[in-house]
Amino acid sequence: MAAVHGDVHGHEHDDHHPSGIMRWVKTTNHKDIGTMYLWFSFTMFMVGGFLAMGIRAELYQPGIQILQPELFNQFTTLHGLIMVFGAIMPAFVGFANWQVPMMIGAPDMAFARMNNWSFWLLPVAATLLVGSFFVPGGAAAGGWTFYPPLSTQGGLGVDLMIFSVHILGASSIMGSINIITTILNMRAPGMTMMKMPMFVWTWLITAYLLVLVMPVLAGVVTMLLTDRHFGTSFFNAAGGGDPVLFQHIFWFFGHPEVYIMILPAFGIVSEIIPTFSRKPLFGYSSMVYATASIAILSCIVWAHHMFTAGMPTVGQLFFMYATMLIAVPTGVKVFNWTATMWRGSMTFETPMLFAIGFIFLFVIGGFSGVICAIVPIDIQVQDTYYVIAHFHYVLVSGALFALFAGVYYWIPKWTGHMYSETLGKWHFWLSMFFFNATFFVQHFLGLAGMPRRIPDYNLQFADFNMISSLGAFGFGLTQLLFLYLVIDCIRNGEKAPQSPWDGATTLEWTHLPSPAPYHSFETPPIVK
Amino acid sequence: MVTNLSKANVVMMKKLLVFTLIMFVFGYALVPFYEKFCEVTGINNLLKPDVLVKENWVDEKRWITVEFDANTRGLPWQFKPLQTSARIHPGEAISVMYEITNDSDREINGQAIPSYSPRFLDKHLKKFECFCFTKQVLKPYETRQMPVQFVIEPGLPPEINTVTISYTFFELPGSGSVATK
Repeated sequence: MAAVHGDVHGHEHDDHHPSGIMRWVKTTNHKDIGTMYLWFSFTMFMVGGFLAMGIRAELYQPGIQILQPELFNQFTTLHGLIMVFGAIMPAFVGFANWQVPMMIGAPDMAFARMNNWSFWLLPVAATLLVGSFFVPGGAAAGGWTFYPPLSTQGGLGVDLMIFSVHILGASSIMGSINIITTILNMRAPGMTMMKMPMFVWTWLITAYLLVLVMPVLAGVVTMLLTDRHFGTSFFNAAGGGDPVLFQHIFWFFGHPEVYIMILPAFGIVSEIIPTFSRKPLFGYSSMVYATASIAILSCIVWAHHMFTAGMPTVGQLFFMYATMLIAVPTGVKVFNWTATMWRGSMTFETPMLFAIGFIFLFVIGGFSGVICAIVPIDIQVQDTYYVIAHFHYVLVSGALFALFAGVYYWIPKWTGHMYSETLGKWHFWLSMFFFNATFFVQHFLGLAGMPRRIPDYNLQFADFNMISSLGAFGFGLTQLLFLYLVIDCIRNGEKAPQSPWDGATTLEWTHLPSPAPYHSFETPPIVK
Repeated sequence: MVTNLSKANVVMMKKLLVFTLIMFVFGYALVPFYEKFCEVTGINNLLKPDVLVKENWVDEKRWITVEFDANTRGLPWQFKPLQTSARIHPGEAISVMYEITNDSDREINGQAIPSYSPRFLDKHLKKFECFCFTKQVLKPYETRQMPVQFVIEPGLPPEINTVTISYTFFELPGSGSVATK
C-alpha cells in the first residue's frame, strides 16, 4: 500500500524519464499508459480482424475451402474474445487514461503505479489467448461465451483462455478502481459532479459496472477451471451440477458487459456532437440519469440471451419487458443528440461524421435488439446471423465507430498534429459502405435461418454470403488506411492549434496546448 | 493537502476492493441460490419421482413407440435396457428393466442422467420409479437389474409418434480406489 501511497505524486520526481523501451515499461504517466492502451487495442483489433477475414473467406462460398471446421470454430471463438476483451475494452480504457485526468483537471490517475500494472497485464493475457492456437488441440472452440459442456471438455486451449480471462478481469478491475477514485477524488475545484463532461460521467458509471460484474466473470471461469481439473461439478450434470447455471452466471456478467462497451461510446459521442453543432449538449442531466438507468437495467435482463435454454413463461415475460424498457433511456439519449444538432451551426469534420454514423447505425442495431427481445421472434432467430448482424451493428458501428470518432476528435491534442481530413473522410465513407455491405445482408441470412458458428451453409445463402464477405474484405482493408492515417498524422501532420474545434468547451481544449504537455494540471484549474 | 488526497484515494481503493471481493463471492452464491430457486419453483425435477394424476385416462386409439437408450461415460460399466423399444398407448403405465454390470474390480458409485427426445418430452413424461433418482453403488463385477416405471401423458402433441428415453451413467466422486482416469 505504501508504494501506491507515494506514487500519487511520485512521477514528479522522475522528470528525467528513462528513454527507449524502459520509458514505456516503467511509465506511470497517464498519457503514456493511455497511448499504450490504444496501440495495444489497435494491435488486437488487427489480430481479431485477421480472424474475421479468415471466417469471411471461408464463408465466401458454400463448402469447406480454407478452414477446416475445427479451426473455423477456433477462429469464431477467438475473434469474439479478442475483439471484446482485447480491442474494444482496452481502447476505451485508453481513452479514459488520456482524457479523464485532462477533462477533470487532475494531474494524473489516482494510482499511477497500479495503472502501469493494469496495462502490462494485457500483453500477457493476449499472449496466452493468441498462443493457444499453437498448443495441442488448438485454441478454445466453443464460442466466445464458452458454454459448458464444450468448455469443460476442450483441451489445453480452454485452460489458456480461462487464465487469460482471469488476467484480463484483474486488469479491468484495477483500471476501474483507478478511474472511479480519480473521478470522485481528484476533480478540479469547482467541478461538481453535475459539471463533469459526459464522457467522464459515462466512464464513472461504466467503471462501477465493471467492478460489479468482472468479479462474477472471474468466479464463473474459476468454477469452469475447478470443474475441469479439480473434480467439482458446478456445471456437470452427472455430479449434480447444471450447464444452464453457467449461462445464468455468465450472462449476469455478459449483459452488463455489452453496456460496458457502449456507455463510454455514448460519452465520446456526447462530447463530439455538441462541439460540431456549436451548442451545449441538450438535456445534460437527463443524459446522466439515462446512463445510470441503462446501467441499472442492464443488470436485470441477462436471461434474454437464454430464451431457448428453457425458462418458465413468467421468466421469459419478465426478461422480455425489462429488456424492452432499456429502449426508453437509450431513446432519451438519441433524442438528446438529435436535439443538440437541431438548429446548431453544424460542420462535418471526420469526428462528427463518425458520430453521426454512430447514431444512425447504432439506432438500427438498437431496433434489431428490441426485435430480438421479443420472445417468439428470439426463439426463431436465436443463434442465427440475425443476432450476428444485431450485435455487430451495436459493437462495430456502435462502439468502434465511436472510438474512431474519438481518435479523430482528440488526436490533435494527443499528438499536436492534425490528421488528413481528406483521408479521414475516405476512411469514414469506405467504412460506412463496407460495414453495411458486410452486416446488413446478414439480417436477411439470419431471418432465412442461417445458423452462426458453422463453416458451411446451404446453397440458398450463397449470394448474400458473397456480398457479406466482399464487404468484410473491404472493411478490413479500410482499417489499414486508418493505420496509415494515424502514422501520417504523427509524422507529417500539420501543427495543431490549442483548440482546432471552435465549439469545444472541455478543459483539455480550453486550458492545455496541443500536444498536451507530459505533466498537465499540476496546479488544478478553477472551474466556474 | 496532497497527503490527505492520497489517504482518501487509498480509502476509496480499499472500499472498491472489498466490493470486488463481495461480488466474487456473490458469483459463487448464485450457485446455491439457483438450486434453491429451481427447487422451490419445481423447474428442475428430472431426478425426482412424479405423482400420478388421479383422473389419468388412456388414449387407446393412439400408439407411441418408445425407444430405450443406454450409455456410460467414463466408467467401466455395461449398461443396457432389456428391451430396446416398446409400443404403448398414451396414459398407459409401463415398466422397463435396465441392467448394469460393473466390469472392474473396484466399487463404483454411478449416477444416471436422463435425456429425452423430443426435448419437451419431460413435460409429458411421468416417472414413478427410476434408478436415476438415487446413486447406484456397484461392487466389483456385480450385476443389477433396475426398473423404470412411467406414463406418457395423452397431452403429448399428436404429431409425435416416436420418443426416445436415454440414460447416461456417470461416475460420482467418492468411488473406490484404483482410479481409471
